[in-house]
Amino acid sequence: MSPRPGFVFETDRSSPATLFWHGEGFRLEKLPTGARIVYPPEPVEALTDPVAQIRGALENPVGDSPPLSALLRAGMRLTIAFDDVSLPLPPMRSPDVRQLVIESVLDLAAEASVDDVVLIAALALHRRMTASELRHALGDRIYDAFAPNGLLVQHDAEDQANLVHLGLTTEGEDVEINKRAATSDLLVYVNINLVAMDGGHKSVATGLASYRSLRHHHNVRTMQHSRSFMDQEHSELHSSNWRMGRLIAASGVKVFQIETTLNTNTFPDQFRFLERREWEWSLKDRASFLATSFALERAPAGVARKVLQRTCSPYGLSSVQAGEVEAVHAVTTENVYRQQLVEVEGQTDILTMGLPYICPYNVGSIMNPILVACTGLGYMFNMYLGKPLVRPGGVLIMSHPTPWAFDPVYHPSYIDFFEQVLSETTDPFEIEANFEESFARDPWYIHLYRTGHAYHGVHPFYMWYWCAHALDHLGAVVIVGGDRSAVRRLGFKAASSLGDALEMAEDVVGRHPSITHLHSPPLLVARVS
Amino acid sequence: MKALVLERSLPRYAVSTAASRLFGSGRGVHHGPLRLRTTPQPELPGPGWCRLTPILAGICGSDLATLDGRSSWYFENFVSLPFVPGHEIVGLLEGSRERGAGKRGAGAEGAGERRVVVESVLGCATRGVAPQCKYCEHGLQQLCEHTAFGNLEPGLQTGYCASTGGGWSTSLVVHESQCHDIPDEMSDEAAVMVEPTACAVHAVLAGGLAAGELAVVSGAGALGLCVVAAIKHLAPRTRVLVAAKYAHQRQLAKNLGADLVVTPEAIGRATRRLTESLALGRHLSNGADAVFDCVGSAQTLAGALEVVRPRGRIVLVGMPGAVKVDLAPLWHREIRLLGAYAYGAEDPRSPGASVDPGARNNAAGDPAARVSTFDLAIEVVATASLESLVSATYPLERYEDAIRHAATAGMRGSTKIAFDMRTVAAHTSTQSIQSIAGASASASASIQGSHGNVGSRHQRFSHNESRNRGELHT
Repeated sequence: MSPRPGFVFETDRSSPATLFWHGEGFRLEKLPTGARIVYPPEPVEALTDPVAQIRGALENPVGDSPPLSALLRAGMRLTIAFDDVSLPLPPMRSPDVRQLVIESVLDLAAEASVDDVVLIAALALHRRMTASELRHALGDRIYDAFAPNGLLVQHDAEDQANLVHLGLTTEGEDVEINKRAATSDLLVYVNINLVAMDGGHKSVATGLASYRSLRHHHNVRTMQHSRSFMDQEHSELHSSNWRMGRLIAASGVKVFQIETTLNTNTFPDQFRFLERREWEWSLKDRASFLATSFALERAPAGVARKVLQRTCSPYGLSSVQAGEVEAVHAVTTENVYRQQLVEVEGQTDILTMGLPYICPYNVGSIMNPILVACTGLGYMFNMYLGKPLVRPGGVLIMSHPTPWAFDPVYHPSYIDFFEQVLSETTDPFEIEANFEESFARDPWYIHLYRTGHAYHGVHPFYMWYWCAHALDHLGAVVIVGGDRSAVRRLGFKAASSLGDALEMAEDVVGRHPSITHLHSPPLLVARVS
Repeated sequence: MKALVLERSLPRYAVSTAASRLFGSGRGVHHGPLRLRTTPQPELPGPGWCRLTPILAGICGSDLATLDGRSSWYFENFVSLPFVPGHEIVGLLEGSRERGAGKRGAGAEGAGERRVVVESVLGCATRGVAPQCKYCEHGLQQLCEHTAFGNLEPGLQTGYCASTGGGWSTSLVVHESQCHDIPDEMSDEAAVMVEPTACAVHAVLAGGLAAGELAVVSGAGALGLCVVAAIKHLAPRTRVLVAAKYAHQRQLAKNLGADLVVTPEAIGRATRRLTESLALGRHLSNGADAVFDCVGSAQTLAGALEVVRPRGRIVLVGMPGAVKVDLAPLWHREIRLLGAYAYGAEDPRSPGASVDPGARNNAAGDPAARVSTFDLAIEVVATASLESLVSATYPLERYEDAIRHAATAGMRGSTKIAFDMRTVAAHTSTQSIQSIAGASASASASIQGSHGNVGSRHQRFSHNESRNRGELHT
């Protein structure tokens, strides 16, 4: 039976309460009659023999590229870069798709007697992965063969000796990337395209770049002119990355891109109710919901977080394609849309959403208030094609506890950003002009980024810039059930219940507003007509 | 005359100390040693002395420490009981009309009287000691060798000396060398801020700030805010980072020009970032050039040691007591710990250049360049509009409310609490006090003319005096 597509459900008086994510918990909320709920499509069929499909993709590349085996030769320098811990979310059950792809690439390299091979985690300015995270992503065989010999490295955007400046794009953008990758005879990039935003030239031009290079597209102007990030043709972020990617290719860097897509089989059996529509919940689903909610509510926040963070997704590989970057990415994007796209008619006055416990930047740690803002306004708000789900001047209501809590190891600069920057202003342009440089050049943040597991000093700025389009577009943002002081610091309004939030929203959008709820994750992209 | 008198009573001290420790500062005032008394006016101690009728007298942190029994026993020999507290004083000099000095609002009642603020330290000149000690010779009366000698009872300041009385009364005696005229356009509220501001000015100049340096101000009560204002006036190119506990303090610090204001818990992180230091535990590889500790607790001193750079300066502005602090970083990082007590004479052109008359090789500096700290403080108060820091005033009769308010000023959204003697006129019949009423009316007019918001507050006070008295002005 083919999976059911996503759809828009209009509530009536008999509709059951709707599940809202609420950090490490859930809320069941009764939406007003007439509210729309956008449900994601059911997971598409996973490939039955992923390894064979991967092999097939490597030997049958798309675009202007020979098969991978034809590009490999003895004595060459081969670099394999791969997406870091921020993908996929939640982490994928072993074997991770990166492991499957890289094992296939290494098999071919071995057959061609290539012995100068280095693996690079494409971190950009993200935190370094832990040994266990690397082992999980790559598998024991690869980790044990490469890590002890120093052949498994993590990109260091502050290691000037291992960066190379390839030139300026036509728009004057610096292109500075990892030297090993740029000077290899072949750079194989292994990606996981969880959303349409990922992949393409963004993989190398962002994942292996330095701050000097990244600042050209990770800035407020670019973010505000990306409408949306999921629509490459209307995203200035992607335009910039594409210019850089083409310059990288023109500089002689040979990239063989391998992109994978996953279906939305996001949660294991015990959390299956999270993927079902509420009126279709079975007795088992109801029991699972009650038991899970009960346990999470009563567990200390740290324990609940650990339990959820350890939950791995049973994602299935839905497609794999390899070859020339742009041709590969065109196919990948179609496959992402095939899984995630939902047609929605018209915008809404009020958009509601529940935010989960995890986003790309808090794997293994706390979802701090800045990440809450970024997840809601930067990512979920931008899950659209055409027009945002909410009208200009509309209200976004998010549900999340938003604790005033930070992980000092992973997010040290976030703490200072929250305490010292957001206390002064929440205006992204002002923040960029007055504070970014000092955080980006701060030697302590750089030290922690290079030697510990800290996100780069400038990273919280990028999180705020991701929100720039939504902040510009929305009339107000309300967080339900959030720590009031933390919510206020973000510049948003706090409400203790959805009912209160809707009342507050009416002050902005007027009486009898239209309401739409984004029932995600699992992920979906709304094509708004 | 009416006066709040701090009497010698060990049981009352014990009760006050216990209550303040158990329930918080100011909570023992009802059973404490401070009492409202009708007493004879203090005798004029000698030539150069005259009577002063206070208009406003502030409540200082050191006053609260004394009432709470938290003051260091070190001061035991520098006070004489019973005394009338109050050393932040603006008042009218009696008999000044006859001497023709100064003037007071032409045409207004009380015109011709001198309105002055009192430089409270009691040096050789006030004590009739001649020749003066080497410190007083250099204008450093706050370091006078004769604080417990001479014509007066022991007392490091007016407000701690049995011979002079203090500001928390309707009359006291002051020496002419202690009096600084206040410009006509300056409100009484502004004037009462001159003395604490002088302390701040002295501390800032002792800190020796240079352009581009980072100064951390720990504590944003009245004294801390005065320090911020003084830094911005005297060393405008210094970056100022303030640790402020309460939201209104953070806003006031920003209004006064602080570059960054954070909570006390965040001061280490903020200093680290502004100085681009590395961190090793709680200590920084570099740090702030100067830290002004305006609290004086073990916690703030330890915090200062954490955020100051090697060879940096920590200036103790708030009155410390007996504290237990690990001085290893002070030794290891060669940090300079400086006391900054009161005020005297300064050379604002050479901040940090310490004149030390006690040293054999003393470089006396340029005597012509030295100016009174009070003169500088009057400039700072006027420039920074520090009258806005006066949050509430109380009549002497409501001293218990006033002390409790001052002790909890931060959490109640207030800054400086003062006693207001302007309303005493209704209860007295002396000529001098009648002149206060006229002066007060004149002051009110001038406040309304030059400081609209203050004037309106004052007007509200006057119109609904009995109900509003003692309530927040803001």
